Amino acid sequence: MDFLISDEQKQLQDLIHQFIQKDYPFDVREKLVKTEEGFSKDFWKTFSQFGLLAMPFSEEDGGFNGGPVDIMIILEAFGTGLIVEPYIPNIVLSGNLVSKLGSKDQKDAILPNLLNGDMQLAFAFSEPQSRFDLNDVTTAAEIDGDGYKLNGYKCVVMNGPAADKLIVSARTAGSQLDENGISLFIVDRETKGVSLRDYSNVDGSKASELTLEDVVLTKDALLGKQDKAFSTIEEVVNLATLAISAEAIGIMQKMNELTLEYTKTREQFGQALSQFQALQHRMVDTFMVHEQTKSLLLMAAAKMNDKSEDAVKSISALKYQVGNAAKLIGEEAIQLHGGMGVTEEMSIGHYFKRLTTIRTIFGNADYHLKKYSSL
Amino acid sequence: MNLSFSEEDLKFQAEVRSFIKENYPSEIKEKMDNGTPVSKDDIVTWQKILSKKGWFAINWPEEHGGSGWSVTQKFIFQNELAEANTPNIVPFGVSMCAPVIYTFGTEEQKERFLPDIRDNNVWWCQGYSEPGSGSDLASLKTKAEKKGDKYIVNGTKTWTTMAQHADWIFCLVRTDSSGIKQQGISFLLIDMKSPGVEVKPIITIDGSHEVNMVYLDNVEVPAENLIGEEGAGWSIAKFLLAHERTGIGGIPHLKREIRRLRQITEELPLNEGFLKDDQLFMDKLNKVEIDLLSAEFTELRTLASISAGGHPGPESSILKIGGTDLQQSLSDLYVEALGYYAHPFMSEEDLKSNEKRIGPDFAANVMPHYLNYRKVSIYGGSNEVQRNVIAKAVLGL
Repeated sequence: MDFLISDEQKQLQDLIHQFIQKDYPFDVREKLVKTEEGFSKDFWKTFSQFGLLAMPFSEEDGGFNGGPVDIMIILEAFGTGLIVEPYIPNIVLSGNLVSKLGSKDQKDAILPNLLNGDMQLAFAFSEPQSRFDLNDVTTAAEIDGDGYKLNGYKCVVMNGPAADKLIVSARTAGSQLDENGISLFIVDRETKGVSLRDYSNVDGSKASELTLEDVVLTKDALLGKQDKAFSTIEEVVNLATLAISAEAIGIMQKMNELTLEYTKTREQFGQALSQFQALQHRMVDTFMVHEQTKSLLLMAAAKMNDKSEDAVKSISALKYQVGNAAKLIGEEAIQLHGGMGVTEEMSIGHYFKRLTTIRTIFGNADYHLKKYSSL
Repeated sequence: MNLSFSEEDLKFQAEVRSFIKENYPSEIKEKMDNGTPVSKDDIVTWQKILSKKGWFAINWPEEHGGSGWSVTQKFIFQNELAEANTPNIVPFGVSMCAPVIYTFGTEEQKERFLPDIRDNNVWWCQGYSEPGSGSDLASLKTKAEKKGDKYIVNGTKTWTTMAQHADWIFCLVRTDSSGIKQQGISFLLIDMKSPGVEVKPIITIDGSHEVNMVYLDNVEVPAENLIGEEGAGWSIAKFLLAHERTGIGGIPHLKREIRRLRQITEELPLNEGFLKDDQLFMDKLNKVEIDLLSAEFTELRTLASISAGGHPGPESSILKIGGTDLQQSLSDLYVEALGYYAHPFMSEEDLKSNEKRIGPDFAANVMPHYLNYRKVSIYGGSNEVQRNVIAKAVLGL
């Protein structure tokens, strides 16, 4: 048994923490979020130079063969700095889909550009009625001559506004909830019939509503085998769930630290807030919850790494716990900050907003409890 | 014990309902129903409609324009307002400053201030909290020095809700620093147009401008604006906090919101059915509803004891804690109901525009509400302070 990360992984972690400390203080992040792009293309390039963008890909694809533990390390560190650059949509979701399913031509056209930071991708998988069910797909792709014609609607597509290309899940066979009959397509944002409505999310990230109206695609737009995309989608979303859980746990750690610090300096009734036993107990609780959730994170990452039989079940255990912990730690941090906690001016509220959206992304606590029970 | 409405109560309910139906302006109703922010004018317009009918200052003594209604009637009235989704009554003048004036003020002060509050000619805000004095309100430092027939006021007030709209502010100020901190606090009314008063917005995490900093820099205030004796401010503040705690629970609104959410579960698509097919979600909704019932009947017990001659005392802290817990739980359930569609952010400008909204129609306010409602367990005496009040004053600890 070994919970320690390797020296290389430690270096990676330190590199990101140093970057945050030096180049990514809260006020820089706030300025970025308010720009039209919503993140920094320069920092994205920096991440490419750090090797972060190539991390999960095979050497053949130009990557470093990183596994779930590496992804975990990157995202947990990102969480502490509330990094808004779209790593999960680009690398963990879209890049992995291309890497796992792409033809040589598709990989050549996409992966080098993605890894050097020149191309942005988004994965459009959710529909208004699908909630968190990846198999619920009504967007239709019908055979059209030698290619396909797509019609449908995808909602809250993460990184949609920046994406040069979208990977879209669509139904080529079967009924609404069938796992069989789901296919993936690579769609240029400029394609006729594609319209994106771009907006900001409350957590500072960007997303789009995607409408597909008689979008005609050639057959080489198909990513992977027709009808057979579901298991890969699930696999990639599981990894993304681990990633976003790691981000959440980084945020929780930071929120606990900020709260502890604040209660030590804020005085009421002639003493620091941290001296009140009622508040001490609550900070002990949030500390414990963070540690326990982190234990599940390490467990899930290790099981994914080993391709263990119960890896998927452990991901649901983790995300269930993250959902509950995020609510408790987020809300307590704001409460203990008092009025200051709800101001736009302090960072704590921004950590809270991101932690709150993460409760939902890739399935909330209820969803994963049900999934855990079913596995 | 009889918890049902009498014939007369039901008649009264019908009267209120039909008055609202006939007089609630449709353009304000439309904004309220689709979550477009209402303006100061909208709020004043609606409150003036109630004033004109004599249904605004309902809790005041009848001699000053109160309704003379029974507790049950007041309860019915509040419920009907909430049912119809009318704008919340802004409490600072009518429910906070006015009770202080008619309880502690001189005849001149009553004549000078009460009619304008009753008729909605003047907008009030509350100057209590300071940057260094939140839960520990008595540590406040804003200083009022008597010079002849004036006070010279210097200090900073914070979290002042809707100060940007206010004509007047009622303040707790320190007139004496020599004794223990609760002594030497006085209750002073200040005209916001006085030279030296400056309002600066505080933007909150939901992106809204509701609260403000109010800077008081050598503000001259006529001595006749002092309510009660010098040094009586702390007992006035305690009297007022008890009033604030009963109003803060917002139970009638919660009842409407929970019913609306139940309706939403029947409309919001989930797979091939609707959200109501999600049993875990429905269980949570039902749990909140049960909590709401217990809060509602606790409030009714309090109201009944007030009508029997009691005062809203420390037990009103129960209502504050219970009501705010519910507001927060319910706002969180709305977020859960929406899934991903809770995430798009719409600014006030977006909400006022005619462009089609992202996601279901009701979605735009859901996350802002959840974020904004973090405040309800913080303001009006944080829920930690409320627990201290119960521990001390009720349990005798």
